[in-house]
Amino acid sequence: MTLLIQYTLLFAAVLMLVALGGCFSEHSGVINLGLEGVMVMGSLGGALTMKYLPAGTPAVLMVLLVVLISMASGALYTVLLGVASINFKADQTLVGTAMNMLAAAAATVLVKAINLAENPDNVSSAIQYGTAKKAFIINIGNFQFNWFVPIAIVLLIASYVILYRTRFGLRLMACGEHPQAADSVGISVFKMRWAGVLISGMLGGLGGIVYITAGVSEWKFETGVAGFGFLALAVMIFGQWKPQRIALAALLFGFFRALSNVYSGFAMLAALKLPGTIYNMMPYIISLVVLAFTSQNSKAPKAEGIPYDKGSR
Amino acid sequence: MNNQGKKSFWSNSAVQSITASLLCILLGLLIGYIVLLAINPAGATNAIVTILKNYLTYPSPKAALKYCGNTLVKTSPLLMCALSIQFCYKAGLFNIGAAGQYTVGAGACLYAALAWKLPWFVCLLLACVAGAVWAAAVGFLKAYRNVNEVISGIMLNWIGLYLVNMLLTGVKEGTSPYTEQISSINPAGMLPVFTPLSGPMSNKYVTIAIPLAVIVAIAIWVVLNKTVFGYEIRATGLNMNAARYSGMKEKKNVVMTLIIGGAMAGAGAAFLYLSGFEQWSVTQSSVPGMGFNGIAATFLGGLDPIGTIFSSYFIQHITSGGAYLDKMIYPSQIADLITSIIIYLCGFVLFFKLFLNKRISARRQAQTQANANDTKGGGQA
Repeated sequence: MTLLIQYTLLFAAVLMLVALGGCFSEHSGVINLGLEGVMVMGSLGGALTMKYLPAGTPAVLMVLLVVLISMASGALYTVLLGVASINFKADQTLVGTAMNMLAAAAATVLVKAINLAENPDNVSSAIQYGTAKKAFIINIGNFQFNWFVPIAIVLLIASYVILYRTRFGLRLMACGEHPQAADSVGISVFKMRWAGVLISGMLGGLGGIVYITAGVSEWKFETGVAGFGFLALAVMIFGQWKPQRIALAALLFGFFRALSNVYSGFAMLAALKLPGTIYNMMPYIISLVVLAFTSQNSKAPKAEGIPYDKGSR
Repeated sequence: MNNQGKKSFWSNSAVQSITASLLCILLGLLIGYIVLLAINPAGATNAIVTILKNYLTYPSPKAALKYCGNTLVKTSPLLMCALSIQFCYKAGLFNIGAAGQYTVGAGACLYAALAWKLPWFVCLLLACVAGAVWAAAVGFLKAYRNVNEVISGIMLNWIGLYLVNMLLTGVKEGTSPYTEQISSINPAGMLPVFTPLSGPMSNKYVTIAIPLAVIVAIAIWVVLNKTVFGYEIRATGLNMNAARYSGMKEKKNVVMTLIIGGAMAGAGAAFLYLSGFEQWSVTQSSVPGMGFNGIAATFLGGLDPIGTIFSSYFIQHITSGGAYLDKMIYPSQIADLITSIIIYLCGFVLFFKLFLNKRISARRQAQTQANANDTKGGGQA
């Protein structure tokens, strides 16, 4: 049971962070379908930090550096999205898809190259971070408390405050609803959209490192993040683009994802003798069902996905 | 006069598309080369040449021809996936679910061939049906429940992968994770070989899939450009509200388009797996890349079915070429890297064309101005 709660919290934190990232980007008017790739890049940055920091690094410093570098790598990667979709008015779906594929390929190539350089017989695409990971975990009896969870909660509150209680947030949302009107009162739509995209990169990148460190102590970058970026987008839609609702939606999805890790530990579920595959499919099926019922009255930002053209005022 | 000829040459949209695609390829290769240089400068030039040469690395023409056949065998499913994505894109739908439709197509045809021992055309048909059903789900959710087709497509990709792995576990070899060989269990389930090509290539995997895929490409061109249905699809893609206003059943068209697209992706899987070239591994943990590479092929082909035949071949050529790299020095995923960079660059094609057209019309305007001044001057003299 504690294991289930532990995993639910972790996966919910991942989905919430990434969904909040999507939320910032879409409120500014850019659809970030490349979140999956952003997660891969963020996790790559974080995993490399854990690999290269010396073993004696104090836990606080370790946590801080890993979080910052993951966020920075995610943000850096979203520059690709910003340049293409804001400055060059490219098709955001196409660019997002390209980013997902590029991240998987680039991360695999990089990690393999690093592994090969260290040991010519090592052709795997995995990074080990078992010892470094311990910095993130505090054992309270049976329960493994992970630092990422409070960090995610702080960021959730910060997102809410920024979006609804600051001038910046309200301006950002104006650019996603009616960029022409925002422009006419002197808000730079391009700058706001860049801000939205970069924030989504930071949150997505952080979500990536939380995801790969959740259950395991090494990650094979060939596998990517198994559609988690898109699950996060489903969470965002289910949460109607509002941080507080996104948090609740993330808990629900996180629970189903956690079940697939720990279902065998429950006598009742094990007795059902369902194949494990069913539990693996569960989050995806749930998200389809949820989307079918919540997309109709979607509260999506009205101008999302449409490149801003100053001439169309 | 010469100047005018040049102008009309660049304003031709086909010329623009081809130029844009070639630029994307060149830039993609250049970035790939830089990555190779960064990994190991000594062998980088050799490595990029290996990727580009693919089967031509074999010195004997006979071997080269045989491995050229292998590349063709994998080009046909890629072309089908690319056409699936393209057909849907014309209706304004981004069918990223093609990868999942391909996956369930593979599951259906392999299960039909191995468990039920059905003849190949029935297996092919079942693959189409499976792909169509998978795509229809995306279509219904899009048309009637307003669900973004990219998100539902990705969800169905993963659901499809898990289902197919579960289904095909029943027909796998005893000790390996691979499905059984169709050729030994059910020879009638194999696609017939395409003798005009398979003979000279001495490659038994070269089946009728290759000419079939090309025929489908031509058929799609005809449907899109010469039929009412094709016109309606393109109109829906350009402006769904306008299409509805002019009396087209836009919801039905969305679902129909996806069903056809899904059937094509499913058929693509049958084209590969019923040739016996590959066996499905039931432990695979990611959706096959064929559907995603199809996105590259379709955009690189300038969203034209005929252009896509060539771009599919190119993408498969470098993907196969990547497998010849020395694995002790370079990861074979360099080819995937180049492909994904090409897709990214394709995002800029629209901008490139706009820019080109702007330049052309600006120059033309300047020229008419100059001509007008000339005649004015002539009149005065």
